[in-house]
Amino acid sequence: MSVWQKLYDELQDRNFIIIAVAMDSRADAARPWIEAAAPSYPALIDRDHRLAELYNMVNVPQAVWIDEGGRIVRPAENAGAYEAFRSLDRKTMTVPEDKMATAAQAKATYVNAVRDWALLGPASSHVFAADQARAQTVTPNAEISQAHCHFRLGQFLLRQDRAAEGREHLAEAARLHPTSWNIWRQGAEPNETGLAAGPEFWQRVDALGDDYYYPPVDMAGMPT
Amino acid sequence: MMATVLTDLGEFTVTTGAGDGLWLTPDQAAAATGWSLRPEGLCRGDVCVPVPKGREAAFVADDRVNLAAFWAHLGMPAAHSGDGDVWVLGEAADDRAASLRSLEAPDFTLPDLHGTAHSLSDYRGKKVLLATWASW
Repeated sequence: MSVWQKLYDELQDRNFIIIAVAMDSRADAARPWIEAAAPSYPALIDRDHRLAELYNMVNVPQAVWIDEGGRIVRPAENAGAYEAFRSLDRKTMTVPEDKMATAAQAKATYVNAVRDWALLGPASSHVFAADQARAQTVTPNAEISQAHCHFRLGQFLLRQDRAAEGREHLAEAARLHPTSWNIWRQGAEPNETGLAAGPEFWQRVDALGDDYYYPPVDMAGMPT
Repeated sequence: MMATVLTDLGEFTVTTGAGDGLWLTPDQAAAATGWSLRPEGLCRGDVCVPVPKGREAAFVADDRVNLAAFWAHLGMPAAHSGDGDVWVLGEAADDRAASLRSLEAPDFTLPDLHGTAHSLSDYRGKKVLLATWASW
């Protein structure tokens, strides 16, 4: 979030705002992060992952660029994350330096593109024309829409202390929408550091094989 | 019985009619979903869905409308608790897809840490970087 704050400090006079949305169902899980970052832009909490449903998002960080008229000029996409963690040595818990460098390059490329758009608006080369934006839009199917119903119901039941039934609906959501990391990781038990990154997470990551966890975006200079 | 209905329009507490399904008064149904009962059927905007012939009793009875039956009839996504006291009525995937392809950013309202509600439409006139993250 500190990257966003720096960018916002720099660009807030350019008719530009950041809306950060935490996809966090557990009460107060996002609070310490937001309080530490103390952002001057809106930092919202989406306990039911409504944004994931409306914009067909499957992971974090994903972002959408929306122009002054409320039109999408870049649909939901990976916001500059690079899967350096896929190269983690699970014995030493270290990531090779070249992968860390690539991750930094991906983040910088994305942030620079956002800056370019904030400054240039539609003249930015990173803004998609309408047909291009449509072509880049991934749309939900019936199973995904059904999955979001179960997810929302499951979260409601959990808040009512109907844990067993709630978890059944979260599991059904994950089954119906297996490519959503948002749904699966939110439903998974957090480890001692609060991350849904236990053995089951790594099994799912390993099962990706050659598929991406953070798909590279169509953006000049973005490492793949 | 009392039930909670969760839709795109929000969270609604309703009293339901007896029997299987989700039997609401037409006013409750309209408030929660935007679908109104009219002589030609259940309507939203310029779309009307006639009550299926020969199956009227499963859809409309005793001045109530069975939204569960309509949702299933339309192939729209829904989920409910085992007790039938919590219902989620979703929007059809095709409608979500059409909305995204229109490139008009879907509006939403979400709270910040202080409980203050923010809508995307509050920020019309600015370029918005809508960015997600999570603690997990």
